Amino acid sequence: MIRKILNNDLHGKIFLSLLFILTLYVALANLLIPPDHLLHVSTYTVTLLGKYLTYALLAIAVDLVWGYLGILSLGHGAFFALGGYVMGMYLMRQVGDRGVYGNPLLADFMVFLNWDSLPWFWLGFDQFWFAAIMIILVPGTLAFVFGWFAFRSRVTGVYLSIMTQAMTYALMLAFFRNEMGFGGNNGLTDFKDLLGFSLQSNSVRVGLFVSSALALALGYLCCRYIVNSKLGRVSIAVRDSETRVRFLGYQVDHFKLWIFTFSAVLAGIAGALYVPQVGIINPSEFSPINSIEIVVWVALGGRATLLGAILGALIVNYAKTYFTGAFPEIWLFALGGLFIAVTLLAPRGILGFFQKQDQQNPLKEVAEK
Amino acid sequence: MYVIFIRSFVFLLLLFNLNQSIANGPEQAFKLLTSSSFDDKSIAIGLLAQTADATSYSLLNAMAQGYLYYVKKNNRFVLAKKQGIKFHMTDALTGEDLGLVSKRKVKKVSVNNKLRGQISTVISNFKLFHADASIRLIAVEKLMANASPKMLAQLQTIRLKESDPDVLDAIDIVTAFSQLESANPKHQLSAIEILDGHLNPSVLIQLKKMSSPGNNASVRLAAKKSVSNIDSKVSIFGHLETLFFGLSLGSILALAAIGLAITFGVMGVINMAHGELIMIGAYTTYVIQLLMPNHIGASLLVAIPAAFLVSALVGIIIERCVIRFLYGRPLETLLATFGISLFLQQAVRSIFSPLNRPVVSPEWMSGSLQINSLLSITYNRLYIFFFCLAIFALLYLIMTKTSLGLHVRAISQNRPMARAMGVRSQWVDVMTFGLGSGIAGVAGVALSQITNVGPNLGQAYIVDSFMVVVFGGVGNLWGTLISGLTLGIVGKFLEPETGAVLAKVLVLLFIILYIQKRPRGMFPQKGRAAE
Repeated sequence: MIRKILNNDLHGKIFLSLLFILTLYVALANLLIPPDHLLHVSTYTVTLLGKYLTYALLAIAVDLVWGYLGILSLGHGAFFALGGYVMGMYLMRQVGDRGVYGNPLLADFMVFLNWDSLPWFWLGFDQFWFAAIMIILVPGTLAFVFGWFAFRSRVTGVYLSIMTQAMTYALMLAFFRNEMGFGGNNGLTDFKDLLGFSLQSNSVRVGLFVSSALALALGYLCCRYIVNSKLGRVSIAVRDSETRVRFLGYQVDHFKLWIFTFSAVLAGIAGALYVPQVGIINPSEFSPINSIEIVVWVALGGRATLLGAILGALIVNYAKTYFTGAFPEIWLFALGGLFIAVTLLAPRGILGFFQKQDQQNPLKEVAEK
Repeated sequence: MYVIFIRSFVFLLLLFNLNQSIANGPEQAFKLLTSSSFDDKSIAIGLLAQTADATSYSLLNAMAQGYLYYVKKNNRFVLAKKQGIKFHMTDALTGEDLGLVSKRKVKKVSVNNKLRGQISTVISNFKLFHADASIRLIAVEKLMANASPKMLAQLQTIRLKESDPDVLDAIDIVTAFSQLESANPKHQLSAIEILDGHLNPSVLIQLKKMSSPGNNASVRLAAKKSVSNIDSKVSIFGHLETLFFGLSLGSILALAAIGLAITFGVMGVINMAHGELIMIGAYTTYVIQLLMPNHIGASLLVAIPAAFLVSALVGIIIERCVIRFLYGRPLETLLATFGISLFLQQAVRSIFSPLNRPVVSPEWMSGSLQINSLLSITYNRLYIFFFCLAIFALLYLIMTKTSLGLHVRAISQNRPMARAMGVRSQWVDVMTFGLGSGIAGVAGVALSQITNVGPNLGQAYIVDSFMVVVFGGVGNLWGTLISGLTLGIVGKFLEPETGAVLAKVLVLLFIILYIQKRPRGMFPQKGRAAE
């Protein structure tokens, strides 16, 4: 099956092998090599890399809808954050009576707000299997409902982008409210355990890192499979000329809806893996700028390449970590400059430089849709 | 006969005595004030109250506050302020400066709590005859709290001397209150009739009290009727106030969006840096204020053209350096201009600091227009509303009556054809983008008067501005104005039910759903202009 998907995809094979080797090395180097040894990888680095990998998964999700379907979503940060919130709720329930107020049932912020019982939408989140289903269901449902309304009434192009931005903005405002029951301004934090293991321990950190790598590899394979399948070919056709595909008798709305929903689910999973690694989820994850940043990762790496999205996410986030540490003043200048430079000078991204002008990537027309 | 004679004699004697005491009122009062007995002082205060002149007023005031003294040698009254170990004195009656005097030569006119109470009543009665109408009004309103039938006669005399309509109104209310306190239902009914329709908050409380059980049935009925009458008036004015707040918010939204209606609506350029152009306008206002700190009022007027020019210039630079390479590629324009917006934000942070900058409102912008006790309209919001209408009218004239407007519309409808007819499309692009950016800057001047001027000012308005333009119908100036006002009003009417944040969320949701229904907004373009 995997061989079939990767048939003709040399870059994909290289990427997966590299990812495998890197993951194996980092995991072993952290657990087996003593801390003072040169080759040791610190737990901080492991967590940082894990975070980058979840961003990379998020970037693939955006690339799938933007690169292959032509929908510039400025709201994928919302699906990411929703997945994160679901995971956060599970982790919050795992805290139990070890919170500041020591209430066995209610999270700290609920005690603080003088609530006497658990809100109904928090029920069931003490079970991991329930949370796992919700990680897929919550972002998926939102994307399905949003997409169903939007695609049915043929909202396209810029309008759709602005609608997705409004969606994530509205969610951000809503989650800032204490009455929503998700911790308001502070969000969810102070997590202790995941599946009974302490989040502070090295082995759990490595485990999360490995799961992120696994999720990224699986996400890549799924996306590659979709892109190569008939569904993917139709979606590329939709990207290049939506009306033509519609007149050929395809139900354009359905194709768009399923790919959009799948992409949202991927983003949600990325968010769910992200939260235990950084230890906090708050409403600022919904802010529109986050979603736009994801788009820049994809644009930098190269649209409609999947691998480019991963590359872009890793490069930009590494640069962000470096700049915000070393020259915090310069970071926004650099990011702003990157936006402008990529769109003006390299509309096909980094991978675009290396790829031949083959027939599979007629990006000239994408830009106009 | 004899008895009558005696009686009238005694009466005359009393009258004479009384007159005498009034005639030498001040002297006698002064004499009594130096007495050590509090009873004597109380009589003195009563005498001073009868004179009702400014000297007595200041004398009593000083006495209550404890800096009235008299010189032991000649019983002269002085106002004394402590300076070191000595007192600095001024004559209480003539205001003559008497210089520093040793503490031993003077004696304080001491007061106790009972006297203080008496003085404060006397002073508030003095205030009823004060020359300033606003002070009289406050004095009358003070009477409302303890109105009683005993005051009726006094109220009559005040009413005869009064000419200010507001004070007369207040006196009527107090009179009615006093009548309500009388046990006579007939007086109470006429009082309720007088009170009917008054919007003073204490009227409602009194009427509610009258409508409670324990009163005469017909009085209760009448009171209930006027309570509901006043309640409905209150709710009407409440709605009017919400409407004004909504119009004000709407005008701000429309103002922020009008520039975007040009660049996005007419040119089709997605300018995510629009919010930062607004921010630049606000910062220009701040800088102009720094340049002319002594003329705050004038600086605001200077800031309007200055902000227009600065923002227009920045807009033109953006257009020349970035956007002109991206015409026809809206999504890429979106990304590039977003980069510009990050760039501008950080530039402002580096130049002006990340903290909010204070912009002072000139005097004529602060304060409010009091329509009645329930409805007041703040001047700054009122001016911004009219400012928004003025900007809109100007822009509308430019777009419909000038050759620039004609060219802009021609290019937005059919670029190649317009060029074939000799329209210099590049020049028109630059001008249009400059115009839209400049209007954003002008919006920034208005916003600087009501919100904080900081690096995040633009981000707060960008999503809203796009919503306004899309909801109104892209390419339609009227649509932008009407959608801005509509969204403002809808938001403000939702707010009391849901809270501010949820109201905003609901409005956003409403727009998202509305766009699904009518993707081209409220006023879609028709005919060839619409693609």
